[in-house]
Amino acid sequence: MELVCPAGNLPALKAAIDNGADAVYVGFRDDTNARHFAGLNFNERSIVKAIRYARDRSRKVFVAINTFPQSRHFGRWRTAVDRAADYGVDALILADMGVLDYASNQWPDLRLHLSVQASVTSAEGIRFYHENFGVRRVVLPRVLSVNQVARVITESPVPVEVFGFGSLCVMVEGRCLLSSYATGKSPNTYGACSPASHVRWEETPTGTDTRLNGVLIDHYDEGEKAGYPTLCKGRFQVGKNTFYALEEPTSLNTLSILPQLKQIGVSAIKVEGRQRSPAYVAQVTAVMRAAIDSCMQDPPGYQAKEQWMNALGGVSEGAQTTLGAYHRPWQ
Amino acid sequence: MTRMQTMRLSVGPIQYFWERQRVLDFYQQAADSAAQIIYLGEVICSKRRLVKFADWLAIGNELKQSGKQVILSSLTLLEAASEIGTLKKLCSNDAFMVEANDVAAIQLLTAAGKDYVGGPALNIYNHHSLQLLAGKNLKRWVLPVELGLEALRDLHLHRPEGVETEVFALGRLPLAYSARCYTARSHNLPKDDCQFKCLDYPNGRMLKTRENRDFLVLNGIQTQSALTHQVLDQVTELASLGVDVLRISPQNTDTMRIIELFSAACKGRELTSLTEELLSMLPLGACNGYLTQQAGMDYGPQ
Repeated sequence: MELVCPAGNLPALKAAIDNGADAVYVGFRDDTNARHFAGLNFNERSIVKAIRYARDRSRKVFVAINTFPQSRHFGRWRTAVDRAADYGVDALILADMGVLDYASNQWPDLRLHLSVQASVTSAEGIRFYHENFGVRRVVLPRVLSVNQVARVITESPVPVEVFGFGSLCVMVEGRCLLSSYATGKSPNTYGACSPASHVRWEETPTGTDTRLNGVLIDHYDEGEKAGYPTLCKGRFQVGKNTFYALEEPTSLNTLSILPQLKQIGVSAIKVEGRQRSPAYVAQVTAVMRAAIDSCMQDPPGYQAKEQWMNALGGVSEGAQTTLGAYHRPWQ
Repeated sequence: MTRMQTMRLSVGPIQYFWERQRVLDFYQQAADSAAQIIYLGEVICSKRRLVKFADWLAIGNELKQSGKQVILSSLTLLEAASEIGTLKKLCSNDAFMVEANDVAAIQLLTAAGKDYVGGPALNIYNHHSLQLLAGKNLKRWVLPVELGLEALRDLHLHRPEGVETEVFALGRLPLAYSARCYTARSHNLPKDDCQFKCLDYPNGRMLKTRENRDFLVLNGIQTQSALTHQVLDQVTELASLGVDVLRISPQNTDTMRIIELFSAACKGRELTSLTEELLSMLPLGACNGYLTQQAGMDYGPQ
């Protein structure tokens, strides 16, 4: 199982590679990728250095161009594909059919992966992208149970990559418009969810309110640690109850099921978090590397070590983790 | 590009879980409505089986006899093997065209050489994607709900021949889909033992902020807007942009009257009184921000 780690800048990419990532995925500094945050991502100079750093150590660099361009701006996505191809990246991670079509025609030898943003959850869907664009790997959304992932892998014409650790999207990626409903900007159109430009932290007599374009996402009493107002991870009222109606602030963590993922034939494990610091990337990569190595050497004897769980728990959202949809009761 | 025309109305698939009799009554009324196109089938949750595949075919046949174009809509989020099985059955039916709400449906339909409609969750954001699918038997597509008039105008500059455009014109917006059932969760139940709680919420279950603002609606694994998206005030502009079909998404009351209002608006009737009546029939309030590239929850005159 290949370990695919995130990098929002060159130090993070070096941290990922130095700590054992087999591949690192990055994005350009614009809305062509789904982590379009201020101060993040790569320009020409930094990506050339990134590719050289990876090449010298026999690791790979993937470029995510995984938002959905509108007609007027399609040229920017085309340029992103051309730039990445010119730099000699190892693969593109794409979502939009138009962009896939362009890349597969213009750069027939370039390896294409299907982004999680394409929302594909079945072998039939994978076949569409494989037959039409020659996609050679697919990243599955975080909505399938382990058994369902296993069936997709059995029937899929190409290898399958799944999420192993990081912030948890509880909605099918590529099909979540909650952010644009509240702010006008979504991952699909703009490359960001619950964008910082629309976030307000307000001190109140009883604590802190976090708002997204005026909508109260959560209230924290004094002494309670306030979290970023990601739309699906606030507390809301449904009926008479106030609770995390969609999901708690939590991160996905698959350490405990790595042997299962290996056994069902998962080809690559992806770590979420291009927006995270190099220190975070270093720590998570090191743990995932150790865990995957241990799992590959002796699957039956594998156990998620307490120190790994603690290390990942410490850097997780809300300091807690979940198996998410892999584990049926979560659903 | 400006081909003025009378837009047709469609009734979108029922997003909610309604009692069987309510569904049958609804389509009996729809048969006499001004809507010319009716989308049938379960698009949210495969556990909702009060109306079975054979029932949908029977309803479709009756509507067809009333002169309606009937389309069978496919499930949006595919997870279980059984759901793929149902999809295969749907895509191999010879009676009606299918609305593909997932790429898997497109794969099956193109393999069978069949025409189809591309639903709102397909993510056709630009003319390149549209042209690609047009080359694979796509006959109509629904604009993704978060795209506005500007994106539509640009896209229509390069619209392929023989492809109709449909716009989500009225209804709580389909905003997100998940593996998790939020209606069950709101009752502290797991999805596998949901006790069909969705039946209690024929318009979805309200989610409010902690300061009591109606924000979203839970509909099983789907999340919708609390406000109802409506484009009645923009019918002239939509027609001038070359939109062919306006989709009315069913709500639990007054849907037939809403169809009449849209029909009147499409024929050029004065809008003020129509809009006023429409707003009085929405479960909460209206929104239309997506049309002008604003937050979807915003509402304002154009």
